[in-house]
Amino acid sequence: MIPLSAYVAVSAVLFITGLLGVVIRRNFIIVLMSVEIMLNAANINLVAFSYYLESMAGQLVALFIIAIAAGEAAIGLAIIIVVFRGKISTNVDEMNLLKW
Amino acid sequence: MTDQLIQLIPLFPLLAVILNGLLGTRYSHDFAHRLAWGSVGLSFLCTVGVFVDILRTGVSHEVIAYRWIFGGDLTVNLAYLVDPLTCIMLLVVTGVGLLIHIYSVGYMHGEAGFTRFFTYMNLFMVSMLLLVMGNNYVVLFIGWEGVGLCSYLLIGYYYTKVSAAKAASKAFVVNRIGDAGFLLAIFLVFINFKTLDYTKVFAQVGQLSPEMATAIALCLLVGAIGKSAQLPLYTWLPDAMEGPTPVSALIHAATMVTAGVYMIVRNHAIFDMSSTAMFWVGTIGGITALFAATIGLVQTDIKRVLAYSTVSQLGYMFLGCGIGAYTAAIFHLMTHAFFKALLFLAAGSVIHALSGEQDIRKMGGLKSKIPWTYRLFLIGTIAIAGIPPLAGFWSKDEILAHAFTHEHYVLYGMAAIGALLTSFYMFRLVYLTFYGTSRMDHHTEEHVHESPMVMVGPLLALGVLSILGGFLGFPPDQGWLHQFLAPVAGAVGEHEVSPGLVLTLMMVATGIALVGWGLAHYFYSVNRSVPDRLAEQFQAVYTTVLNKYYVDELYDLLWVEPIKKLGLLLDWFDRTVIDGLVRAVAHVTDLAAAGSTWAEKYVIYGGLNVIGYGNHLAARQWRQLQSGMVHHYAAIIVAGLFLLAVIIQLIMQL
Repeated sequence: MIPLSAYVAVSAVLFITGLLGVVIRRNFIIVLMSVEIMLNAANINLVAFSYYLESMAGQLVALFIIAIAAGEAAIGLAIIIVVFRGKISTNVDEMNLLKW
Repeated sequence: MTDQLIQLIPLFPLLAVILNGLLGTRYSHDFAHRLAWGSVGLSFLCTVGVFVDILRTGVSHEVIAYRWIFGGDLTVNLAYLVDPLTCIMLLVVTGVGLLIHIYSVGYMHGEAGFTRFFTYMNLFMVSMLLLVMGNNYVVLFIGWEGVGLCSYLLIGYYYTKVSAAKAASKAFVVNRIGDAGFLLAIFLVFINFKTLDYTKVFAQVGQLSPEMATAIALCLLVGAIGKSAQLPLYTWLPDAMEGPTPVSALIHAATMVTAGVYMIVRNHAIFDMSSTAMFWVGTIGGITALFAATIGLVQTDIKRVLAYSTVSQLGYMFLGCGIGAYTAAIFHLMTHAFFKALLFLAAGSVIHALSGEQDIRKMGGLKSKIPWTYRLFLIGTIAIAGIPPLAGFWSKDEILAHAFTHEHYVLYGMAAIGALLTSFYMFRLVYLTFYGTSRMDHHTEEHVHESPMVMVGPLLALGVLSILGGFLGFPPDQGWLHQFLAPVAGAVGEHEVSPGLVLTLMMVATGIALVGWGLAHYFYSVNRSVPDRLAEQFQAVYTTVLNKYYVDELYDLLWVEPIKKLGLLLDWFDRTVIDGLVRAVAHVTDLAAAGSTWAEKYVIYGGLNVIGYGNHLAARQWRQLQSGMVHHYAAIIVAGLFLLAVIIQLIMQL
């Protein structure tokens, strides 16, 4: 029996990895992928706790998140394509128009 | 019935005043003047009705039209007392008033402010009617002030003319002096009797101490002197001739100026108690009669001669009052109203014929050109000169006879000389105006014309009255008028007077009048160089009299100028000190306001601006945070999350 703390630890590592990926990496696609990683870290957590607490609610929410993540990835990729057409770049630093 | 009629008398002219005053510009002059004289005519008819009733029943009427003031001791009603005295006054006022109103229609034709003129005239009628009809001193005083106001308005009728405006103010101001005395008298009456109704006052007049009676009578006398233009307050009346001639006839000859005489006769119960007051009434009257007559001798303005004549005749009335011959005074008041109105209106007709010329030196030879005016003027002259059997003779002779039989020989002497002068200056006027050769300039002479019927008609009526009016008081002391007035104007202490003496006095009076006529005839018809020679010989006397004894100049010097100076001083005081204070306060306020403005601008707004600017600066820094770079935001979110976690940890541990 794998203890709950192991799941939480894996989830935390995954989440930190995703977070760092979002903050540090400049490539838009990598950032998007990192966001997916963070979502999946949350999913692992949800499923682990679901099992541990013997409640199906967690797995249900995890399924929701998978669906949302799919939608998000689709929209994100679409935005990337549009921006790439304008800028010929996927560098996040160059997308700084949304400011004062 | 009679009570209703009495209430209607002053109402008609009042209605005309309201209509003409408010709407007069909306309809034609024809309608306006019909309204004006029509209303007076209706008043006259009512008066006749009331008169007939009183004549038949002999009962005085007291009508309360309106309960006006009541509180404490004071009760004042707008109430009328119509007794024989009021009746005579009413007949004179409405009768002569009506004739003069009709005359005015012709005289004022084409003048600017035609409707205004009639509005004022009607207002005058209302005031005068209140004056003679009031049953208490307050209503009398309202009328008194009302006629004064109308006098002012009508003297200043040609208000663009400086002399008219000045004359109007002069009349008004001089009358104020008299009115002050009258007011004091009213206050004294109220203090002593706790009522202002004639009937109540005269019923308990016996309780008055002689000193108080003297005080009240003298105060009343001051009022009467002002209104009736006696010495020393007569100076306004000659100047009042600046008004249109009908005004001079109605207000400054026939009615308003006799208000003083009426007031004295009305209050004779009080005057009778004080021999001092009576002495002064008689003396002032006598001196005025003589004094004004001398000025009348040399004046060259036809209306001014008549004005001085009026002052002089009023003096006779005062003299009559002063010796207790109240009926004679009222008799003279009545006949004087007839013949003086006639003279003034005839003079107006002359002036009208000469297109406004008033200087008798520029007249002459008008007898054949304006024959009706001439005849009527002559009737008036004979009447005022006191030649029997015309009106003036009976009334003036009665005053003279009373003065003689009551042993006021000095007064008699003054009055007799006055009568001589009266006769002289009136015939002088006739000779200079109507006889001899014309001294008019060519242009005026061409336009001489007899006045229209609307003017001659009233003159004819007044002429008849001037001829026949005297017989109301015939035979002397036992005439109809004496019997009618006996209940109110109390007969004088009965003197046994022999018919021979009466007849002698009459003959003397007639003789005096004829001598005056003869002198005038000699001076101005037979030997024309005499007046000029006399004037040269007595240069000093002549200029003094011509300049009216310099009384106006004296008053100017004594009162008018000092008071003007006082006025200037007060004006200066007002401007510098009081206005200075006000300005200082204003200045301080101004400064305070400026300070507040500064404080608001620099302190309050400044402070707010500092805050605002600070915010602005901070915002400039803070907005750097919004870099537009997603990972910055992400990093900040992470940092915030971390911070939140730390804070929650710390709170949990507490």
